[in-house]
Formats: sequence, structure tokens, C-alpha cells
Amino acid sequence: MREDDENPIETATLPLDAWHRAKGGRMVEFAGYWMPIQYEGIMAEHLWTRENAGLFDVSHMGQLVLSGDNIAEALETLVPGDISALKPGRMRYSLLLDEDGGILDDLMITNSGHSFYLVVNGAVKWDDIAHLRDNLPDEITLNHMDDHGLLALQGPKAVDALARMGLTPLQPGWPTVGELVFMQASPYDWNGVPVALSRSGYTGEDGFEISLPNEALAAFADTLCAMAEVKPIGLGARDSLRLEAGLPLYGHDMTPEIDPAEADLGFAVSKRRREEENFPGAARILGHLEDGPPRKRVGLLVDGKLPVREGAKLFDGEDEIGVVTSGGFAPSVGAPVAMGYVPRDHAIPGTAIAAEVRGKLVHCTVTTMPFIPHRYVRKQGA
Amino acid sequence: MPRYFTEEHEWIDVDGDVATVGITDFAQGQLGDIVFVEVPDTGAELSKGGDAAVVESVKAASDVYAPVDGTVTEGNGQLEEDPALVNSDAEGEGWFFRMTLADKSQLDGLMDATAYKAFCDAL
Repeated sequence: MREDDENPIETATLPLDAWHRAKGGRMVEFAGYWMPIQYEGIMAEHLWTRENAGLFDVSHMGQLVLSGDNIAEALETLVPGDISALKPGRMRYSLLLDEDGGILDDLMITNSGHSFYLVVNGAVKWDDIAHLRDNLPDEITLNHMDDHGLLALQGPKAVDALARMGLTPLQPGWPTVGELVFMQASPYDWNGVPVALSRSGYTGEDGFEISLPNEALAAFADTLCAMAEVKPIGLGARDSLRLEAGLPLYGHDMTPEIDPAEADLGFAVSKRRREEENFPGAARILGHLEDGPPRKRVGLLVDGKLPVREGAKLFDGEDEIGVVTSGGFAPSVGAPVAMGYVPRDHAIPGTAIAAEVRGKLVHCTVTTMPFIPHRYVRKQGA
Repeated sequence: MPRYFTEEHEWIDVDGDVATVGITDFAQGQLGDIVFVEVPDTGAELSKGGDAAVVESVKAASDVYAPVDGTVTEGNGQLEEDPALVNSDAEGEGWFFRMTLADKSQLDGLMDATAYKAFCDAL
């Protein structure tokens, strides 16, 4: 019995490395870091997060701050979102695009009032930093916040746990933990430690991402994990949760060969930007949005129990038509699911196709995503 | 009935010319939640070190290798319905397949329980 592992050249440790090991985390190499793939087991951790609250350490991700003048306008030369319309305290999902419209990374952009805060993928953060430095005006300062960690608290009970942490809004009148809504961010004080929260995440559940100084991470994580509804959750469950939520993973479901229309991320191409046609790769992307892309990311419901994983070829009869980019057993669905790329005329829900696994064909049905409904808290009292 | 172990974390119970093969408790613990097991067809000819079965956990698919040469006489049909048997009873009810032994001398190169425990402790 052997497993195929990826072995990056150098492996760094996260600020919470010792904390993960003390909690029984099984450490694997991911995005250049030793990271916990699981603590008690992926299945249990996945289901716990859907019912309670799971604490993820995502400190491998890149936290960047852009300061200076006219940042929104400058960012709009690199991403297709309406960043100028982003009000202070609001965030938006966007995409770094190359000049052909291929996806270099997906990221979160927050208007912090005095600056813009970006969260980018760990695996490509150095490339992103180089791309931003090369393409933004010299007057804009880019600060890589490598002295800060990033935690995510996800699940229906995340808000209850976080509200009990004693986080005080930095200014009177700014939102309390419970008052934040999906895709809103605000700064807090925690026993003298500055903590930035956003109501966002990568599981499809309600939840928060929490940025704070490295030296305060362990105390914050310990205080959260002392609460009955919170358990630490590893990368394995993070992947199965995001797969069920239909959320694409950079480097797998999105690459520089794929544009936002193909990735079914047209929502990230804002209306004003479509009208102005002035983002990278606009001709290709707008053509694909108008006429339909030649291939498209879709969800796949898999017949039977055999997991269909990344790399599996997709067939319509004898014809190879596409490839699976993410897939596996979905604990909350109770069956395998996958996402992958198929030609436009196959991207219709209900279309029957097959995936090849070890020489056998497994029947699949094209479906809309998410596989498990999102439970974001968009408005108070809703 | 002697039990032998491989460095690839398979166990093999030998009873005369027939053997039962599975993955060890250490292996199932490393794999985590097992969601699918593909056992070989009856009659399949296996060669030592070659692919024999596949075990799929939530996170990955892993190959299981034949500990010795031989012919498959039976796959564990229960694993199709309940792959988690490998987690709950890896070295009992969670066996993978039974096979004939083509060359019993191949067993000499395998570990006994004490040697396997020392092997795992050193990992």
C-alpha cells in the first residue's frame, strides 16, 4: 500500500505548527507548508462543521495590503470586478487575470477604508505578489502581512462561538460580530489585540475569517476550541466541504488556461466592467459570456460508490469530452460527487456522461452546483 | 495459522496452500475514512508486488499490492456494501481477498508481527 504524495522542495511551518501537532493534527505538505490534513478524521470533521463550528488554520494564504491613492482603479486593470463600487467594510470575490483572460488566481478584495486588503491562495501567493508589483503603479505600496495569521471559523454555530469571544468593535457604531453580514468586514479589539473579521469562508456555511497577529493565534484558537461547539478541522474536510459547496479550487478547477466564463464564474465579471470592456482578456471573456464558452465547469453526480477524482477523463459514448478537476466522496451528500469541464452542449443539467476510473466507466449526471445549499447570512433577521 | 506482514502494510494469513490478505490496522489508521474498496476478481493471477486491490479513503485512492504470487479464490463481497469494515476491523472482517500460494518460499521475506510492529514504530 502506497500513497502518492506531492513533495515540494522546501516546506515551511505555520505559526500554529506546534498547536496543530498538540491537537493530534496529522501534518502533510501543502502549498509549501506543513499543514494538518485531519485531526480525528475527515468524515467526522466535515459533518461537525456542517452542524456546529469548525476552526481552520489558513495562515498559508497570502494576506496583502495595498495602500496609496486610486487603488480601486489600479486593481481594475488586473481583475474584472467593480472594485470602485466597493464601499468601506465590504468585500468582493474576484479573479486575477492574465492578458488573455486566463485565471492567475482567485482572491478576496476588501475595502478597509484607508486601504485594500487582499487574501490570495497560498500556493501562488509569491507569483501574485510579483504580478501585483509588476503591474500596479509604483505609488501603490504592497505590504505582505506575513506577521499575521488567518483562521476561519465555519458552520451554523460559528456566530454563537465568536460572539462569546469578547471582541469589541474598534469604533462605537461599527458592527458587532453578530451584526456583520456575508461579505462584510470590520476591525475589533480582543484583549488589546487587533483582530479583523469578515463574514465569509470556503465551506458554503455561515462563518468568519479572522486575521490577527501571529503571536496571538494560539491563545485565540485555544479560547475558541474551549467552547463546546468548536473543534479544529483539517485540510481534508476543508476540501470536501468546498467541493460540496461547488466552490472551485485554484490550480485544479481554475488555471491560466481557463477563463471566468468557462469556470462558470461570470458573476465575478461586474456589469459596469462588461460595459466598459476594459479588463484583461475582455474580448475572449465577453465573447464567451455572450455566446457561451466552448467548455464549462459543471457539477457531476456520480452513480454508485466509486469516487471519481481529479484527472478522470469524461466520455459521451466513445468520445472523450472532458476531464474531472475535483472529486471525491461527499460526506454530507453520502455519495461521490465531482466537478469538471465538459463542452457547452453537454453542460446542461441532466446530461448523462461517464467518467473513466481505472479503465472502468462510471455513470455521471451533469448537475447544477452547489451539491449542498449555501447557508450564508446575507441580512440580519432574514 | 501464521500471519505475515509486508512493508507496504498488507497482512497475509496462511492456512496450508491458501492465504487471506488485508491491510493492517496501522494502514487503515493512516488512510482514514474508507469509502470504497475494489477487490480483485476471482481467478485473477497476482504477482508479488503487483497491483491487487484499491482502497479509497475520503482523501485519496491507494493501491494494495499482492504480498506473494498466486491466484485469487475469493474477494470479500462485504466490503462492497460496507467499506468502513476496513476501518473498524482491518485485520479481521475487513479482509480484502483470498488467494492460493504459488511459491511458499516467498513468505520467508515477509515480517512477523513483532518485526512489523518495530517497522511501524520506526516510521
